[in-house]
Amino acid sequence: MSSMLKKLTLSVAALSISGAAFAGNGAVADEFKWMTFTVFGVIIAITMAITFWAARTTHTTSEFYAAGRSVSGIQNGWAIAGDYLSAASFLGIAGLISLYGYDGFMYSVGWLVAYITVLLVIAEPCRNIGKYTMGDILAFRNDPKKTKTVAALSTITVSTFYLTAQMVGGGVLIKTLIGIDYEISVIGVGILMLAYVVFGGMKATTWVQITKAVLLVTASLILVFMVWAPYGFSLPGYLGSVVADPDVQKQVAKLLGDKAATMTPEELGQRFLEPGLFLKNPIDQISLGLALVLGTAGMPHILMRFFTVPTAQAARTSVIWAMGIIGGFYVLTLFLGTGAAMLVGPDKIAAVDAGGNMAGPLLAQYLGGGENSLMGNFMLAFVAAVAFATIVAVVAGLVLAAASAMAHDIYVGVIRGDHATPKEQVVAARVASVIVGIIAITVGILAKGQNVAHLVALAFAVAASSNLPAVFLTLYWKKCNTTGIILGMIVGSLTAIGLVMISPNMTYPKAVIAGANKVLNGEPAVPAKEAAPAVERSSFMCELFALDGCVLAKPAQPASAEKPAKLGAAEKLAGLTAKLPTLEAALPTITDAVAKTAAEADITKVKKDIAAVEKAKAKAEADLKKFEGQTTSIMGLEKPFFLLKNPGLISIPLGFLLVILGSLFTRDKRAEEMWDELYVRQNTGINAEAASAH
Amino acid sequence: MSNPNINWEAIDTNPKFQALHRKKTVFLWGLMVISTVYYFLLPIGAAYYQDLFKIKVWGVVNVGILFALSEFIVAWTIAWVYSRKANKEFDAMAQDIINDVNNGRMK
Repeated sequence: MSSMLKKLTLSVAALSISGAAFAGNGAVADEFKWMTFTVFGVIIAITMAITFWAARTTHTTSEFYAAGRSVSGIQNGWAIAGDYLSAASFLGIAGLISLYGYDGFMYSVGWLVAYITVLLVIAEPCRNIGKYTMGDILAFRNDPKKTKTVAALSTITVSTFYLTAQMVGGGVLIKTLIGIDYEISVIGVGILMLAYVVFGGMKATTWVQITKAVLLVTASLILVFMVWAPYGFSLPGYLGSVVADPDVQKQVAKLLGDKAATMTPEELGQRFLEPGLFLKNPIDQISLGLALVLGTAGMPHILMRFFTVPTAQAARTSVIWAMGIIGGFYVLTLFLGTGAAMLVGPDKIAAVDAGGNMAGPLLAQYLGGGENSLMGNFMLAFVAAVAFATIVAVVAGLVLAAASAMAHDIYVGVIRGDHATPKEQVVAARVASVIVGIIAITVGILAKGQNVAHLVALAFAVAASSNLPAVFLTLYWKKCNTTGIILGMIVGSLTAIGLVMISPNMTYPKAVIAGANKVLNGEPAVPAKEAAPAVERSSFMCELFALDGCVLAKPAQPASAEKPAKLGAAEKLAGLTAKLPTLEAALPTITDAVAKTAAEADITKVKKDIAAVEKAKAKAEADLKKFEGQTTSIMGLEKPFFLLKNPGLISIPLGFLLVILGSLFTRDKRAEEMWDELYVRQNTGINAEAASAH
Repeated sequence: MSNPNINWEAIDTNPKFQALHRKKTVFLWGLMVISTVYYFLLPIGAAYYQDLFKIKVWGVVNVGILFALSEFIVAWTIAWVYSRKANKEFDAMAQDIINDVNNGRMK
């Protein structure tokens, strides 16, 4: 096995070299790319050493799936934090804060509160009852074959959604940062992750997560120290300087549009610290909050972490540590995000990546001394390498969860009727990991350029609507039985998926085409409007579905002046290009130094504007070409029918309801007989799976 | 999976186990309700009580920011309260029951 491992390391090394050869444009300048690859190489080497070490003690099923149940509470806490602080949350939330201020920070709160559910109702009972998978918990009192099949399907569905989002996000991220081709990034992530999982199992995955979490927290602490120290660590002093920043004020003015016209710069800056710049629909937020708070406890790769510790007490300790690390990290992102907004500027952040994902890395580059400095690029390289490690490690955890469902639940539990030999089980686990890994790479490449933002929300919604009701009611409700579990899980997950398919998350060609035409052809003038009174919505259902005859609530509108027509891209471009020679011709005639600097700044600005308009024009033209002749989404809709981005508000209660109804209308003798044992065991830990001796 | 040597029903109906069950249920549900209500106050406040959230209390720091930060404090406090209670009380009660089972006093 170790020779295979060496070969793999070599091929990975070869990949990063070939990656360097293909490197095009990225946030890192070409002259500093060697440094980025060195830092990447060092981090990859460390994780490979961990895998090599872990592979020597990974022989049995318990070692492969659960690291021999020998991970301590504190170690597991760091690993959970590592699993959770995926690229989406660590780059994404800092990015949201840098672009939208308060709303981005508010968004981060739900991700921490979610762990209260994990701590209070899931962690300890799962440790006491479960073996390797969610299916084990459900099969304890319910029909083993049926529930294991449904549990495995749900686990694989949730993992695949989350995995695809990570793979695509990771590929794009690596391309944006260092310019490696998307496909090569995805294959590189896939091969590395497979090496961790196949050779080192849960032990390697856990230690890679711990390493990455420590690196991530260290990097963030250093950045926050550098951002905050000049203000003597005063919160009002620091935020006061954020709101006084002209870039921040400009960003708020851009987000508010017409409303900003009557506001002073101070008001605009202050608005950055107030809600409503990004999250506009409170019902959607509550729906997302529900999915987070209940979905985290149903995420298979998080559940699986509780089988790796020796006791229920250690499971408890691990959640406490995870909450400390995750919460502390989100507080740090407040500084990372606002710091990036103030020092780098929202405009520049959005220019590199529209979603703001580059806020953290760009802040690191700025703090190190800027674009052309050695230190700045070293810090950028470090943060980029941590981001890369994050993606690989999170994908590894997800692949392990999906592979355990496939091998342990489906193959060993259902097909072999729990009669597989220990050796056969380990082989099955490794084979399943390779299959899931290949699926992940294939899906990642196929999904290139697709809109995958909804997949993370969908993963949490399915986990909250299908996994959590089943696990929770199995653990805490005596009457719960097989029929209820199967009914609830199937209807819960299908409802969540179905609602997302008809939600605003999907791409609707008509809207894209209309937007592109606006950019290309401009907009006609809007006549002045009289003040309009507030409109009440016709019913609550209208907030959720686009039903016939629905009137949406609208606040009172003040009278507005006539808005002039907006120019199309071609006219704008022509205007700007015509202006440029005049400005340039006038430049040599200016003798006054101050006026000369101003004129030079004008020229730079016009050049920048030309580049921006050209970019927008190219994108609009590409969109028109891509959606030519299409009028409906893949579901055949012209516009969303379900109006929330997150389906949780409907699918979660439905999942619970169907488990309850299915259980009440049928009788299951085994489920009732096993209740006493399940309930005593989950509360006392008698007969829990023991740690293997090492 | 079931262990024939242990009479689970007898443990379940034992007063010691019932006491543990009652204490845990009340405590866990109490904490769960507090944390859920407190969490959803944030999006509700941000959407419907913006005037309150905008009040500046400490330099430019407004009620909204302090409230969002307080969400972290409350989450950590709940975690700390639970782990203290579980370490001090629930673990001891469970250990007592396990000892009784091992000594054959609870059959």
